[in-house]
Amino acid sequence: MMRIAEALDAFRPHRGNAVVIPGRGGRYWVDLSDRQTLDLPMGDPAMGGHAGFGLGVALARPERKVVLFDSEGDILMSLGMLVTIAEQAPANFYHFLLDNECYATTGGQPVPNAKNIAYDKLALAAGYPRAFAFDEAGELQRALPDILGRPGPVFVALKVYPEVENAPIGSRRRWQTRSREQVLQDFRAELVRPDGGD
Amino acid sequence: MNDAPTVALSPETVLAAMKEGGVTDIVWLPDSETNWLYLLMQAEPSLRLVGVSREGHACSIAAGLAAGGRKPLILIQNTGMMESGDSIRGWLLGLNIPVVLMVGYRGWTRHGVTTDTAATYTERFLMAFGINYYLVESDADAPRIATAFAEAERTQRPVVVLVGDEYHGFNR
Repeated sequence: MMRIAEALDAFRPHRGNAVVIPGRGGRYWVDLSDRQTLDLPMGDPAMGGHAGFGLGVALARPERKVVLFDSEGDILMSLGMLVTIAEQAPANFYHFLLDNECYATTGGQPVPNAKNIAYDKLALAAGYPRAFAFDEAGELQRALPDILGRPGPVFVALKVYPEVENAPIGSRRRWQTRSREQVLQDFRAELVRPDGGD
Repeated sequence: MNDAPTVALSPETVLAAMKEGGVTDIVWLPDSETNWLYLLMQAEPSLRLVGVSREGHACSIAAGLAAGGRKPLILIQNTGMMESGDSIRGWLLGLNIPVVLMVGYRGWTRHGVTTDTAATYTERFLMAFGINYYLVESDADAPRIATAFAEAERTQRPVVVLVGDEYHGFNR
């Protein structure tokens, strides 16, 4: 297993001008990113929707890579989304999955059948042309140039340690530095810049 | 009392309203009230169709499309709209997405008496969420679609068009 921050840190040098949707990795990515106006840290508008949001952004902006860090609790709520993504097949979409085998924000209860799900195989069965699974940050680091250097859609399942939050939600550290409205406003402004954000 | 509108709502009229509204992408799941649109939408080169397998998925996809500068429309049935409650709350209302949802009004009757609970709860659901809506049954109602597009833009909120006319032809 790897820590979420390790996985994100392995990805960071390869980011380029990609749009990054950090999903539940947002609290770590916000400290790592050097292109925050191209980040879409939406928090958790409604569970199960990150993959759809990522697909929508990828379809809307085919000229740049869109990298999503989804989570297994979210994707289990929306397995049918994999089929829609595979059908649309956006070549600029890179779908990473942070699989900690549990609902970390509610105290760490296991997701159903947590240890027996092969998410990469689910993605392939849904029609993704490529899918990978990694347990170690080093393996991921070595594979990333190839994964990101070829067209998507691609699915990359990552086993990460549960980093369970047991404090009441109201007393947790707020990691967001911008409101959702501000995030979207900054993103749109970046996309219409004369240099296109490059 | 006659239960049918005098003139049907034609798919050509609806498609024209979508194009006038600047729609670029239709995120949809087929239903028996709007299935007659499919062949026309599919043949329209200015539209991209994004098919979903559960209606709630349409909300986050539409939010992503809108975030990236596109103008999506969601085409689903009232049953699926109700199933999508949390996605509507979080991805559409929560992110101020100015999107029109064209919603098949299963169970709608003009005299207001229905045995279909899908219809019973449709308008109550929309009122609970504070989402404004317009009913279209015939071509004469088509201007309400343009009104919905304008309102969504002006308010930066989702607006619903309830389609109270059922399948009459292009059932593919």
